[in-house]
Amino acid sequence: MTVRWTRAARAATAALTLALAGCGGADEPAAGDAGGRVTVFAAASLTESFTRLGRDFEAAHPGTTVTVNFAGSSALATQITQGAPADVFVAASPATMKTVTDAGDAAGEPTILVRNQLVIAVPAGNPGRVTGLADLARPGVKVALCAEQVPCGAAAKTALGAAGVRLTPATLEQDVKGALAKVKLGEVDAALVYRTDARATAGALDAVEFPESARAVNDYPIVVLKHAANPGGARAFVDHVRSAAGLAVLTAAGFQAPQSR
Amino acid sequence: MSRRPGQRVPLALLLPAGLGLLFLVLPLVGLLARAPWTSLPRRLAEPGVRTALRLSLETATAATVLCVLLGVPLAWLLARVEFPGRRLVRALVTVPLVLPPVVGGVALLLVFGRRGLLGSWLDATFGITLPFTTAGVVLAEAFVAMPFLVIAVEGALRGADRRYEEAAATLGAGRWTTFTRVTLPLVAPGVAAGAVLCWARALGEFGATITFAGNYPGRTQTMPLAVYLALETDLQAAIVLSLILLTVSVAILAGLRDRWLGTT
Repeated sequence: MTVRWTRAARAATAALTLALAGCGGADEPAAGDAGGRVTVFAAASLTESFTRLGRDFEAAHPGTTVTVNFAGSSALATQITQGAPADVFVAASPATMKTVTDAGDAAGEPTILVRNQLVIAVPAGNPGRVTGLADLARPGVKVALCAEQVPCGAAAKTALGAAGVRLTPATLEQDVKGALAKVKLGEVDAALVYRTDARATAGALDAVEFPESARAVNDYPIVVLKHAANPGGARAFVDHVRSAAGLAVLTAAGFQAPQSR
Repeated sequence: MSRRPGQRVPLALLLPAGLGLLFLVLPLVGLLARAPWTSLPRRLAEPGVRTALRLSLETATAATVLCVLLGVPLAWLLARVEFPGRRLVRALVTVPLVLPPVVGGVALLLVFGRRGLLGSWLDATFGITLPFTTAGVVLAEAFVAMPFLVIAVEGALRGADRRYEEAAATLGAGRWTTFTRVTLPLVAPGVAAGAVLCWARALGEFGATITFAGNYPGRTQTMPLAVYLALETDLQAAIVLSLILLTVSVAILAGLRDRWLGTT
């Protein structure tokens, strides 16, 4: 009995030591099984295209596994600066990327991978009869925007400012997928989302293009991270997504190649 | 706290108890250690923070009132009335506990949303839409918090001495009179404990709220939503907001506990 308890106590102590060690160990790259695994942190708007790119990369490099963590860019940047183990980071705005480079977590300069533009997403059939930005300010039209703190919200603010449209949205969503969900459920008549998100959910909703979106184009920088556990794999993955084949996947999803502006 | 002389606390209990406490308290220490103390008063004075805090306190309180009004009778039904399918109903009551709150929010939209089962009728008949309103926040919070109240009150009812109720019945009291004059005073501490738990859960509610009621300052942006958005750009601000929410809730909970429950 005594022996067993001692062992349990030792296990508990070991667990605690491990937990405490975890606090300080964030700066060292994870040792060991870096071999065939590439961990990518990518903005939520890249969900469909990067899932596809990850599979393509795995097919081209047998034995390699690509794991992609999709979330709002700012949340990902916070995770990275707090020591989350990632090899590659793709942000939906240079400002978000800057928080990572400023923290000294990037290996080298980020490059612009693609660009994205806003469209007005409306529920299928366009019940609010929205044809342009000015319609969003009409009384009775419920609008979902992204919160200013996330890139799609910042872009929305720029576009609305460029068009001189002032409106009170029904909600300021935490990310673009949240705004999109409100349109899909028909709870709002319109939302400003990325063209890529609208294209990925085509059928459940319609997209209305508007000229002012050209004033609020979002750049998506990509970078290999300094504490990458698999720097070689990370660079190979970045080369893959920046290749002609990779860009073809991205443009098919509605992104624009960086030189097209 | 009474320790009889000669009886030592067994190490096999003390050790995991200590580890458990450490596990619960360490994250709090993390928040305190990283808090930018100097900017705390300035942040507290920001109108946006006070608006979110006031909205949080108001909606959590309203949600608790709603939960007490509906949850106490529900708990009584589960504890005192035999009916077919009671076990199933009891399981259903705990559904919001296991449901991820975001899913709960989507479910609420499918019922109370503009195109929802009840929501479309509410909109067409009374012109009432609940999503994106403060009432929607209360509804979302009540949905996730009510099980805490029902479970606490049902436990209290089951533990209460039924002989008082039987005595009241033999003296000619009807079930309603017995409930209001005998049962309710008997389980009052249980109701208070359940209400406090319910309030605390409502105060911290995030997922169902942002999904069902959205996020707009002054209308539906409660403190947890403000914390999440602050996290997007400013970790320090998020820590400060978390600490404010934490301090206020702990202060209120501790105050209530002393007053209502008489425990130390």
